[in-house]
Amino acid sequence: MRWLRSHLVGIAALLVLAYLLIPNLVVIIFSFNKPAGSYNYQWQQFSLNAWTNPCGTPGICGSLGLSLKIGFIATIVATIFGTMVAFAIGRNRFRGRSSVNLLIFLPMATPEVVMGSSLLTLFIAMGIAPGTPTILIAHILFCLSFVVVTVKARIASLDPRLEEAAADLFATPTQAFLRVTLPLVAPGIAAGALLAFSLSFDDYIITNFNASPSSVTFPMFVWGAAQRGTPVQINVIGTVMFMAALLLVATGTLISNRRARAAA
Amino acid sequence: MVGQLVEGPVAAPRRRARRNYTPYLLLLPGLAWLVVFFVVPMLSLASQSLQTGSVESGYVQTWNFATYVDAMSQYWPHFARSIVFAGTATVFTLLLAYPLAYFMAQKAGKWKNILLVLVIAPFFTSFLIRTLAWQTILSDNGPVVALARTTHFTDLLQWLQLTSNDSLMNSRFAVIAGLTYNFLPFMILPLYANLERLDHGLIEAAGDLYATPIQTFWKVTWPLSLPGVVGGTLLTFIPAAGDFINSRLLGNTQTVMIGQVIDSQFLQVQDYAVAAALSFVLMAVIVVMVAVYVRRAGTEELV
Repeated sequence: MRWLRSHLVGIAALLVLAYLLIPNLVVIIFSFNKPAGSYNYQWQQFSLNAWTNPCGTPGICGSLGLSLKIGFIATIVATIFGTMVAFAIGRNRFRGRSSVNLLIFLPMATPEVVMGSSLLTLFIAMGIAPGTPTILIAHILFCLSFVVVTVKARIASLDPRLEEAAADLFATPTQAFLRVTLPLVAPGIAAGALLAFSLSFDDYIITNFNASPSSVTFPMFVWGAAQRGTPVQINVIGTVMFMAALLLVATGTLISNRRARAAA
Repeated sequence: MVGQLVEGPVAAPRRRARRNYTPYLLLLPGLAWLVVFFVVPMLSLASQSLQTGSVESGYVQTWNFATYVDAMSQYWPHFARSIVFAGTATVFTLLLAYPLAYFMAQKAGKWKNILLVLVIAPFFTSFLIRTLAWQTILSDNGPVVALARTTHFTDLLQWLQLTSNDSLMNSRFAVIAGLTYNFLPFMILPLYANLERLDHGLIEAAGDLYATPIQTFWKVTWPLSLPGVVGGTLLTFIPAAGDFINSRLLGNTQTVMIGQVIDSQFLQVQDYAVAAALSFVLMAVIVVMVAVYVRRAGTEELV
C-alpha cells in the first residue's frame, strides 16, 4: 500500500503512455495480418504479403510520393520564411511588432476546417483550379507559424553576450551571425523543420479542401481507403513511418545531449 | 525583452541607419504569405457568406445576413455538440497528460529522454492510421469490449448516455476517447516544458513547512504550471472543436460535429454561402472563447 502510494504518479504515467502507444502497436501487429475481407480490422493469420509488396495496392505509393514531395517543398519554404520572421521579431523592436505577433498566432488558433475552407473560397473567387500548387500554398501557410514559434523560442534562450563577445573580438556583424548566432539557433531551426514536415505529411482536412482528384496525398488515400476497405499496405507504411520517427527523434535527442555535455 | 537586451552595446552608430530596414526585409516574404493566404481568404470567406446564388449560376454579393440565421437555426446542435465534445476531451487530456508530464519532468531521471521520444514519435505517425487502429481496439469482439462488459463499464457508459448499447464503437464515448487520444501530445509537451523548469526546491520547502503532498500540489505545483496548462488546453481545444476525423471514423449519425457539416456543405452539397457562414461563426466562437479564457487564466505571455 505504501509502495503503491509513493509510486502512484509513475504508475499513472505508464498507463497514459500505454494509451498513447497501444494504437501504434496495433498498427504494427496488423501490418502482418491477412484479412478475410477488404477491411483490415480483425486478426486472421500471420502473413508477410504486405511487407514484400508494399506498393501492391493501386495508388498507394503514388500518393506517398506526392506527400513526401509536398512535405519537403513546404518544409523548406516554411523553414526559410519562418526563420527570417523569427529573427526579425526575436531580435528587433520596431513599429507594429505586436500586430506581427498576432498575425503569426492567429493561423495556429484557426481550426483546420476554417483555414481550408477560407483558402478554397479565395481560390474559387480567383478562378484558380485546385491541385498540387494550391496544396503547397496551404501547407506552407500552416507550417509557417509553427516554425516561427519554435525558432523564436530558441533565439529568446540565447545569451546576447555571445554575439557581443564576437563583436569585441573584431568579428563583423555577418561573421558574428554566421559563426556564432546561426550555429546556436540551428537546433531550433531543425526542430521547426521537423515539426513542419510532420504537420504537412499528416494533414488531411486542409489538404482535402484544396486538392483535386489528380493530386491525392497519402492521408487522402488513407481516408478514401477507410470508406472502401483498408489495404494492409497502409499499416506497413504506418509502421515504417513510426520507426523512422522513432529513429529520427532518438538521434536528435542523442545529439542535443552530447552537445549539452560537451558545452558543460 | 530579449530584443532590448540584444540591441544596446552591439549596435554601433554606423549600423543604426541600416538596422531600421532589416527587420522589415526579413519579415517581407513570411508576412506577405500570411496576408495573401490567410487574411485575404478570411475576408473572402466573410464575403462569400453574404452572397446569394449557386455554383451553376454564380454568386452575387447581396449582404444576405439571413444565411447566418438559417445556418445557425439549422446547425446549432452541431455547434453545441462540438464545443461539448472538445471541452470534455480537453478536460480528459489534461487529467491524463498531467501525471505523465510531471513524471517525465520531475521523477524520470535518466529515463526522461526515452519517455520524451516515446511521446513525440506517435505524433509523427499518420493520425488517420492511428484513428483507424482505434476501430480495431474498440471493435465488438475485441478484448477491450470484453473487459468493459465484465467490469460493467459499458453499463456505466450507457447510463451516462455515452453509448446506446453494450458496444463501444460508433458512440459518443468512442468519439471523445478518440479526440482525447489524438490531442494528448499537444497537452503533454507544453506541460512538460513548463514542469521541467519547476524548481524542485520549492516542493521540498513546502514539505519542510508541513504541507501535505496534496496541499503542496494545489498551493505550489499547480499555480506554477498554469502557463503550461493554458497553452496545452488551447492547443487541444481549438483543433478538437473543428475536428471531424474522429466523429466520422469512430462515431455515428448522432455524433456529427460542426467540422463535418462545414466540410460536406462545401465539398458535397456545394452550398458555399451556408458553408462559409458556418465556418466564419466557428472561427468567431473560438476566438471569443480563447480571448475570454486567456484573460481569465491571466497569462499574457502566450502571444
